Amino acid sequence: MTAASVASRIPHRLKLNLQAIVGRAYPRVVGANREPSWIFFEAILPLLGIAAYVFIYRALGDRAIAAIMTPSPGAPWGICGLQPCVDAAEQDAYHVMALANVNALIGSTVLGGAMVAFWLNVLWSMASQLYWEKEIGNLQLYMMAPMSRMSLLGGMALGGMFMTSVRAITTLVVGVAVFTVTLQLDPANAGLLLAVFFVTLTALYGMGMMLASLYLLWGREAFNLSALLEEPIFFTSGFYFPAGGFARAGALGRAVLTAATAIPATLGLDAMRQLIFPTAWGGQFWIFSPGLELEVLLVLAAVFLVLARYTLAYLEKLARREGRLTSRHQ
Amino acid sequence: MTSGVSSTARMHWRSFKWAAWLGWEMDSNWTEPWLFVIYSVIKPVAGAFILVLMYNIFALIGRFYDPAYFAFVYVGNAFFIFVANTLFGTFQVIQADREWYQTLRYTYISPISYYTYIVGRAASKVAVSAFAVLITLVFGALALGIRFDVSLGSIPMFLAALVLGLFCLISIGICLAGISFMTAKHTHGLAEGIPGIFYVFCGVLFPLTTLPDWARSVGRGIPITYWFDLTRRLLLPPSTIDTGLGYFNDVEILALLLASSLIFFLMSLGIFKLGEYLARRAGKIDMTTSY
Repeated sequence: MTAASVASRIPHRLKLNLQAIVGRAYPRVVGANREPSWIFFEAILPLLGIAAYVFIYRALGDRAIAAIMTPSPGAPWGICGLQPCVDAAEQDAYHVMALANVNALIGSTVLGGAMVAFWLNVLWSMASQLYWEKEIGNLQLYMMAPMSRMSLLGGMALGGMFMTSVRAITTLVVGVAVFTVTLQLDPANAGLLLAVFFVTLTALYGMGMMLASLYLLWGREAFNLSALLEEPIFFTSGFYFPAGGFARAGALGRAVLTAATAIPATLGLDAMRQLIFPTAWGGQFWIFSPGLELEVLLVLAAVFLVLARYTLAYLEKLARREGRLTSRHQ
Repeated sequence: MTSGVSSTARMHWRSFKWAAWLGWEMDSNWTEPWLFVIYSVIKPVAGAFILVLMYNIFALIGRFYDPAYFAFVYVGNAFFIFVANTLFGTFQVIQADREWYQTLRYTYISPISYYTYIVGRAASKVAVSAFAVLITLVFGALALGIRFDVSLGSIPMFLAALVLGLFCLISIGICLAGISFMTAKHTHGLAEGIPGIFYVFCGVLFPLTTLPDWARSVGRGIPITYWFDLTRRLLLPPSTIDTGLGYFNDVEILALLLASSLIFFLMSLGIFKLGEYLARRAGKIDMTTSY
């Protein structure tokens, strides 16, 4: 084949792969929304899980505020921190600070809870997807089709992002309204917030694309690995608390935080929290500045997408050689 | 007549026994036993760690330390492992068999009680949960300084509450399984959301008094609220936390748990039969929604 004929086929290949992306994204965008029950199951029910964490902060806040506001013979203006308040002004200042801190923690929890939807989608609908496709017999059809496997994964990712964004935004809006969270977003930072959000999603789904090939090789362990990557990642990435808190937990905490920055959700959430609640907790729990976090996320996104390309090619070859591409229930 | 009863009992026992074996094999035979043990422990311990960090961050921010409340949250969260795993282990059977393994049609037409089969499939999850709860509690006592206060005399009541609590959870799980007959593959929404209902309304992680009045009333209608309250009373030293159930003594709480568990058991029979009937009528008993 001459260079000219290869070049002449580029538009055709581009069209083919674009069609594959749209074709794989389509059932996720349209198919899922044909089941209106998702509004209850995937937008409203998860809000209850978030509500539990919100109420923990609220209960702690109520007890802290009761300690500040309740006078006793030894502390006529209540307790400010670990000491009795000096006067009414200090008591008021502590009261206001406690309310602001609880608001920021609740807002952070709602934001983290909305991002949980993306992480679950990456685990269960990206990473595990090729494995499920194999189980239900679609994988062999994909492998025989002429498009690039990356287009297939790209379509899955785009469809998943759209489907999950609808759910996550619903959860976020309802959560902010129901828990009366006061947002402090500076409109000048709205562009940066959107950039952080989309780069975080790209990095997350890039990671999902990479994991999809690994799961293809692991077989049944895939399901269990996805289940295992839920709570531990919610914990290390700080979905329900500022992850910067690890830095205050000694060498082990700093090691956990360093490892957690490889999960795009950690830095993405931290940057979004900084932009939405810039003055929260005196800034003592932020990891890096939002700009630096965006740069790291861009690097992560590029690395995961490249790794996805190579692992897919390598593991597809390995799976073909070991005869695992079509063997179900392994 | 007697032989009819005995053959029915044998059929239920056989359904339960083999379903429990199948559930255990499906849960555990994908890996080495040591890896399975680690896997079974990491998830719940990480869940407990989320709360540890939440509490510590709040304490650092507000310079407010409340060990009694921390113990309240920690023990509630440890026992919640039963809730999340037992419920998931019960209702996911329908969707796992129908959507993933596509074996529901074969199991369904076999000469077993499908209700008992689901209970059996959940049994291995209950066993693994018991191990994880134990590990979490021991970790709390040894590493986090949670102080337990258990007397020998309270152990029978604790065990009775545990059995009733699990019985009730399985009943609720069967209700959800009945509903799952009719729904698309929403396992993860259900897995996250349904335990969320109990997380919020049953005073698992915070006292009922934190909730608005209408939500407290919802909590008082769910047996798990009484199970968790009684468990904390029997395991932890007395505290100043107002749980909203202080006007009941331990025996009254146990009686409420017994009554509400029986109600949920009867509900599970009705809802499961109804879901099954509606799914068969709509032709959804073995549908797949693999988008």
